[in-house]
Amino acid sequence: MAGTGKAHLRNTDDVLLRVEDLVVEFPVGRTGLKVNAVSGISFDVLKGETLGIVGESGCGKSTTGRAIMQLPSPTSGSIVFDGTNLTALSGEAMREARTKIQMIFQDPISSLNPRRNVRDIVLEPLSIWNRGTKAEQLATVDKILEHVGIDPERAAESKPHQFSGGQCQRISIARSLVLNPQMIICDEPVSALDVSVQAQVVNLLEDLKKEFGLTLIFIAHDLAVVKNISDRIAVMYLGKICEVSSSEDLYRNPAHPYTDVLLSSIPVPDPTVAVKKVSVEGEPPSPVSPPAGCRFNTRCPNASDRCRSEEPTLREIEPGHFVACHHPLFGGEAPVTVRNS
Amino acid sequence: MNPPDVVRSEAEPLVETVEIKTHFKTPRGIARAVDGISIQIRRGQSLGVVGESGSGKTVLSRSIMGLLPRNGVIREGSVRYQGQEIGNRSSKEMRAIWGREMAMIFQDPMTSLNPVMKVGKQITESLRLHLGMSASEAMTIAEKLFRDVRIPEPTRRLNQYPHELSGGMRQRVMIAIALACGPNMLFADEPTTALDVTVQAQILELISEQKRDRNMSLLLVTHNLGVVAGYTDEIAVMYGGKIVEKAPTKTLFADTKMPYTEALLRSIPRLDQPSHSRLATIPGRPPDIVHPPKGCRFAPRCAYVRELCLNEEPELQQASTPDHTYRCFYPVGSPEYLERKVELTRKGEFVSTGDMS
Amino acid sequence: MSTNPNPVTPTNSDETIVKKKLGVGFWLCVAWLGLMAFIALFTPLLPLKSPTQNFLDTANGRPPYSPSWKHWFGTDKDARDVFARTLHGARISLAVGFAAISAGFLVGGTVGVISGYFKGWIDRVSSFVFIVLLSFPSLVLAILLTSLIERSLLTISLVLGLLSIAPVGRLARAATLQFADREFVLAARQIGATNRRIIIKEILPNVAIPMSSLALLGMAVAVVAEGGLSFLGLSVEKGITWGGLIQLGSESSKTLEEAPWIAFFPILMLFLTVLSLNFAGDRVRNYFDVKETTL
Repeated sequence: MAGTGKAHLRNTDDVLLRVEDLVVEFPVGRTGLKVNAVSGISFDVLKGETLGIVGESGCGKSTTGRAIMQLPSPTSGSIVFDGTNLTALSGEAMREARTKIQMIFQDPISSLNPRRNVRDIVLEPLSIWNRGTKAEQLATVDKILEHVGIDPERAAESKPHQFSGGQCQRISIARSLVLNPQMIICDEPVSALDVSVQAQVVNLLEDLKKEFGLTLIFIAHDLAVVKNISDRIAVMYLGKICEVSSSEDLYRNPAHPYTDVLLSSIPVPDPTVAVKKVSVEGEPPSPVSPPAGCRFNTRCPNASDRCRSEEPTLREIEPGHFVACHHPLFGGEAPVTVRNS
Repeated sequence: MNPPDVVRSEAEPLVETVEIKTHFKTPRGIARAVDGISIQIRRGQSLGVVGESGSGKTVLSRSIMGLLPRNGVIREGSVRYQGQEIGNRSSKEMRAIWGREMAMIFQDPMTSLNPVMKVGKQITESLRLHLGMSASEAMTIAEKLFRDVRIPEPTRRLNQYPHELSGGMRQRVMIAIALACGPNMLFADEPTTALDVTVQAQILELISEQKRDRNMSLLLVTHNLGVVAGYTDEIAVMYGGKIVEKAPTKTLFADTKMPYTEALLRSIPRLDQPSHSRLATIPGRPPDIVHPPKGCRFAPRCAYVRELCLNEEPELQQASTPDHTYRCFYPVGSPEYLERKVELTRKGEFVSTGDMS
Repeated sequence: MSTNPNPVTPTNSDETIVKKKLGVGFWLCVAWLGLMAFIALFTPLLPLKSPTQNFLDTANGRPPYSPSWKHWFGTDKDARDVFARTLHGARISLAVGFAAISAGFLVGGTVGVISGYFKGWIDRVSSFVFIVLLSFPSLVLAILLTSLIERSLLTISLVLGLLSIAPVGRLARAATLQFADREFVLAARQIGATNRRIIIKEILPNVAIPMSSLALLGMAVAVVAEGGLSFLGLSVEKGITWGGLIQLGSESSKTLEEAPWIAFFPILMLFLTVLSLNFAGDRVRNYFDVKETTL
């Protein structure tokens, strides 16, 4: 599977974010090796859409989210947000651009400075950018805190550790809303929360999205949660995108063997549904030395010689549904392409 | 591996607890982590214990095994293994049981394995200690165990350190260590929570297989209702240190009685739900186990709460379905429940989640 | 990936948590240190006897005179009042201790925080410098330096300050590293905070806690070090220091036998002061440690 291939990119006016050929590599200490966290992926997000990015550990989904924010800057690739190429921006300009894209992180408690009052934490963005008078800033903060279900008075005199995980996540969400961003990148925002609290946060995000007209990128490893909140899903494996489609289509007609494996591995909370036998062995190879050809070939039940040597590119197999595989579960074999390295 | 004891009746539970309590002394007061739990696990049976933070599920498995800190713990009630009381035994006495009769698999294999000891040694150590094997005997068994748990290239892996192995591999090592002396009872405390979902499926399959082959009993602690649905015979739902519902697995899902269980089931996003389905939520937070609410512990968050619930704690009662107990005054299906449900639906507060009956 | 969907979150912690108290012991130490600080600052103004005057009292025989109402701590061989001298000794000993640790913090702390935050070549260079500094046996270096220079309050403080740069810097760096990778720092960056703002508003308040504990412990070390130097006669010239007093009081076994009070009282003061600093430092660390963990 490859991230190369841009067949799935759209060219309409309402594309808010367009990422092309994103590559992020990290050096491994001083060994000279590098971690190929993200190896040339492209995707786009329309205004008002929720794009889910799903995959297991080492697939590069979190790195992708952070790369969009240039935290740190990607090794190569272009990231165009609302017409501006973020990778070309200087430090100061990038700092400003960041006010339009905000991020929420996985660990709710660690995302907040343990030494500061919650209200100050949420006030911080307004303070940095001098938006309005102090009184106006406080009013905005209080309003948003109430919106996410946190009592502003308590927030004024309490520190993060006095709140629960779910509440801390709401506080993070409030902080990200305060600058009125256009897009929020959610990096595993509910993975560290109890099941019943997850539902609260997911619902909250949906509500806020509608109310504030947000565009969301939702990164997670739990496909059920991602499917619930996303319009469109990109499945990543070892630094590449293997399938992109609408949430419903992905579930009903998975085309990539890996997507199929993911879906069948998820334990279903229904004892009448038989547990499927695991069809994939082993674990993802190391991103330091990814396999040649299709990166999933070492574990794919359908791997052929072609898969071991030639990297597949994303192609459309039904409207809006793209897969990077030589032998997808439906849609026919990939046409032989002229090799152009 | 212990041969089945044909003299003992198979109906007698292997492990039994009677109203056990485990309370911790904390700066804020006494934390009632486990507050009166009675369960029975038969030979070859698997019991799932499900709950969220503060439910006490992890403390429960440790209480049964006796793996509790020495200071600041108050214990009550009885724990019986093969009919014998073990709840009052000291750590020294329990060592004869740990490994040989009962073993535990923990959540985070990275912190549960000794980082400075080769993994092979961690198994052989256990074998030599408990079964008195020689070094070479133990090594042979260790290699076999590694093959049983499907670790590729077992001979090479035996000589590696934990940090050289991936998460899934480490968990397999931990399972191998747990199985080494052929215990009768296996405790799995969130064994797959820290793993990727594909690896999780492999590990669960492995545990299930080993349990079958060795005729072990299994206590599987998890927050994941999907895991528990596929791998257990019976499920106990814990909340605030108590069991609020216990039933055979199929019954629990098909005929839920406790509103908490029902609410939990409805708050999980399911793949077969359409996207943007509104998830049913449980308002509020898990209870404070130091100052639990008066009356039913779930009452403050329950949509079906009534006066009685806030004042009196419900006892465990039998349901009409066999082996099914629950702790609620107005369970699912009761007239009061239905009445309230109608009200909520009318107000639009009862979120319909598609095909969840 | 190690996601824990069941982090042990403090439940209902909006109710009053029983605050971990610093303890009676802590406050006693603070009181003692406060007293010492007061003495150090105001000795010349206090109604003490002169520390240099010889209070010969032929009626009582030859000095040293044992403790009495006239001389609470007795006198030394030259009939100088030990009480007055001990209190005067506090001035230099504490001043040096305080100045040394301040210099160390200022330089070492700054370098440490900057290295820990920016990493890269700054970190590599400063770590190397720290290692070099730490490789010198500090006592030998202190003796070497002090024997070469003109020994005033300033220079002695600077020497001890120099020696404290590396340990303080290393701790500051470690503490900063611990926090610099936390998500709230990343969050601050993504809302557009400048590095300067992040260091001041996000990193420093967190790093300040282990550092304040270190400050107290470090001051204890500095005071002891100064005591050692002055015992060897290498501290501030022409000054009364505890180390010097102890040295005079233990010149010979005869002095110790016949007039143990000459050495004893300065030793006692030094001991209590260092103990208070250590104890308080430890308590501070314990107190703030708890906040990060939960039940």
